[in-house]
Amino acid sequence: MDHFARLGLPAALDLDAASLDRAYFTAQRVWHPDRFVGRPAEERARASTEAAALNDAYRTLKDPLSRAVYLAGLIGVELPGDGKTIDDPDLLMEAMEAREALHEAGTPEAVDVLTARSREDMAQALAGLGTLFLRLDKAAIRKTLLRLRYLDKFAEEARARRTNLQRVKA
Amino acid sequence: MSLLEIHEPGETPMPHAGEASPAVGIDLGTTNSVVAIAREGIPAALHDETGNALVPSVVAYPAAGGVLVGEEARLVMVREPRNAVASIKRLMGRGATDLHAVAGVLPYEIEPGSGQTDMVKLRIGGRARSPVEISAEILKALRRRAEAALDKPVERAVITVPAYFDDAARTATRDAARVAGLEVLRLVNEPTAAALAYGLDKGSEGLYAVYDLGGGTFDFSLLRLEKGVFQVLATGGDAALGGDDFDRAIAESMLDERRRDGLVDRVDEAAVKTALALARQMKEQLSERDQTSGRLELTGVPSFHTLARAAFEAMIANLIARTLDIAGNVLADAGMTAADVQGVVLVGGSTRVPLVRAKVAGMIGKPALTDIDPDEVVALGAALQAEALTGGGDTLLLDVTPLSLGLETMGGIVEKVVPRNTPIPVQLAQDFTTYQDGQTAMAIHVVQGEREMVGDCRSLARFELSGIPPMTAGAARIRVSFAVDADGLLAVSAEERTTGVAQRIEVKPSYGLSHEDMADMLYDSLENAEADMMQRLLAEARVEARRNLLALDAALAKDGALLTAEERGAIDEGRARLEAGISGEDRDAINAAAEALETLSKPFAERRMDRGIREALAGLSVGELESRVGE
Repeated sequence: MDHFARLGLPAALDLDAASLDRAYFTAQRVWHPDRFVGRPAEERARASTEAAALNDAYRTLKDPLSRAVYLAGLIGVELPGDGKTIDDPDLLMEAMEAREALHEAGTPEAVDVLTARSREDMAQALAGLGTLFLRLDKAAIRKTLLRLRYLDKFAEEARARRTNLQRVKA
Repeated sequence: MSLLEIHEPGETPMPHAGEASPAVGIDLGTTNSVVAIAREGIPAALHDETGNALVPSVVAYPAAGGVLVGEEARLVMVREPRNAVASIKRLMGRGATDLHAVAGVLPYEIEPGSGQTDMVKLRIGGRARSPVEISAEILKALRRRAEAALDKPVERAVITVPAYFDDAARTATRDAARVAGLEVLRLVNEPTAAALAYGLDKGSEGLYAVYDLGGGTFDFSLLRLEKGVFQVLATGGDAALGGDDFDRAIAESMLDERRRDGLVDRVDEAAVKTALALARQMKEQLSERDQTSGRLELTGVPSFHTLARAAFEAMIANLIARTLDIAGNVLADAGMTAADVQGVVLVGGSTRVPLVRAKVAGMIGKPALTDIDPDEVVALGAALQAEALTGGGDTLLLDVTPLSLGLETMGGIVEKVVPRNTPIPVQLAQDFTTYQDGQTAMAIHVVQGEREMVGDCRSLARFELSGIPPMTAGAARIRVSFAVDADGLLAVSAEERTTGVAQRIEVKPSYGLSHEDMADMLYDSLENAEADMMQRLLAEARVEARRNLLALDAALAKDGALLTAEERGAIDEGRARLEAGISGEDRDAINAAAEALETLSKPFAERRMDRGIREALAGLSVGELESRVGE
């Protein structure tokens, strides 16, 4: 059973956060191990497995990027594992320039500017994904997802850098 | 054959519902413990004859015989310090290697030889006793108090633990309950329990924060409340930060004042203790009024000190700022901002300090919720959960893992399998592969923590997956599965997927991570994230380079004859340069040497491939060849 089906939701890129929560809570009300206190061991084991699967589904679908990657997987677009070298020359160039800019950012505020820009890029790329999925343009989906994954990683690095700069300031 | 009946999930009447035996909630604290019971959604702490809800977490084995807990034990501690023990919670699930962390801080006499393969034992009252057995005495006393108050036998309880309690400490807590004759219905995280006490009381909905500042520890958790659902979104903290630091600041300023007045003190342990006790008193008074004074007498020389609230607040301002920093990080982890928070629950005695309340309210932009006694709120929440679990209540608690869980990979890099703040229960798996040709075993090293390198994380368990059939490097598929149950306890298993060689272990470390270590590790991860990343990249470059060298060596051993002496010399030289790079600290130098070597050995690789194809085709009939091409 795929994650969408498990939560009784349509397999779609756009998913309303409130309906995802509602579906998840409803299912957990049935399967959470707290509902099986005092039940026989087999029933408790089953509940634990179901609850874990629900958690996995919820976690995967909640974040727009991981949801997109998962949905891409369902239509046969496989991405290389994390930490693999970037094979797209445009993205490689973008990544190098961004990393250099981050390295040169000397104040938390300067980092904030970069973070805002990459967040905007992310929103734009995510918005564009819908059309690509409709067209089933697998190559473009893959390229966009790899870029999104990189942007996400960059946001994390920027946050670490910001924390560091703040600590130096304090 | 008769068939077994299975009820519709969730609709089963609770097996113990209606039975006389009530289930209680217990806050097993470092300094004080509390037991509470909820009836029809109304929780109440159970008091002793004098109306006191707090039981000091002190256990005494007096020379006269017997066991005492609480106030009475505290009295014994003064007369017979070697026969009593306090703060045992800090040693729950800890072993010998953890001891240096607490040595000198706690006046414990450690049983020699203990903690090598098991939990440490203390020498108390002339006998070796484990933290589990000492904690069990506290639980027994709480159980007796509950039975006296309810006039019924009490056999089941929900017990709270700090959100950062690791596997070993959680297991030890469960074991202590068992020794005390209590069945643990669920271990619940303290901040979650606090939110429960408020949420059900108020019927609130939305995003709530729990700010828990105790004597020596700080926790911050973010929860979402919705129609009886308590969903923990993120949690974080710093265990080297608490109200004790406030006392220290006041004590230091008084000692400074004496020095300025020309008094020469011998600042020994006794002097510090006296100053700290007075400081604590003054701090508590400043919660009620704007100014206080005290008389400090050291080595027979008295001095008088006045302290205005404003001056005290100046002393502790940056300590509070640090807690707000951590709170900000937890918010960021959850992808939220302070403006999203509907309310903040205050837990722990140190939140009585007015500046703490003001600063927290200022950050969140709303007044803090303080109407439940911060010393009792955790036990009250536990009692509510105990009632919900036994009475079939409608409350749903969805908690998370406080720290990431992962595996050591080549080069000492940590690969995270279960990230922190993942909802539990959880079962996640990741595939790993072999590093060398013909590798038949794999060392599985399970670690906990946020840092990138294994040495900076906490080791939880090691085991070996053996019997992997020899294959080329990277061909085997080893799936390692992590399962964390609703109590936060971990089990790990590994399986070779192409052949089905399986090995399973329950991760039961003999000693665990201290609350302090955990919070420090979280804090460190943020502080060192950038440096960690560089170290990780360096380690990855080394691993990649070594892998290439191994592959090259294997190829040279097999097909070295394809090279001229001159070519071979060039490759050997490039090989040596890469070796030198690996032993250095410069990632770019390693990558450059690796690239150079690849260029040098490219013709060799091409020749090998040509020969490989010729060999593969040689000796095949045309028919066979056609069928191969058709494959």
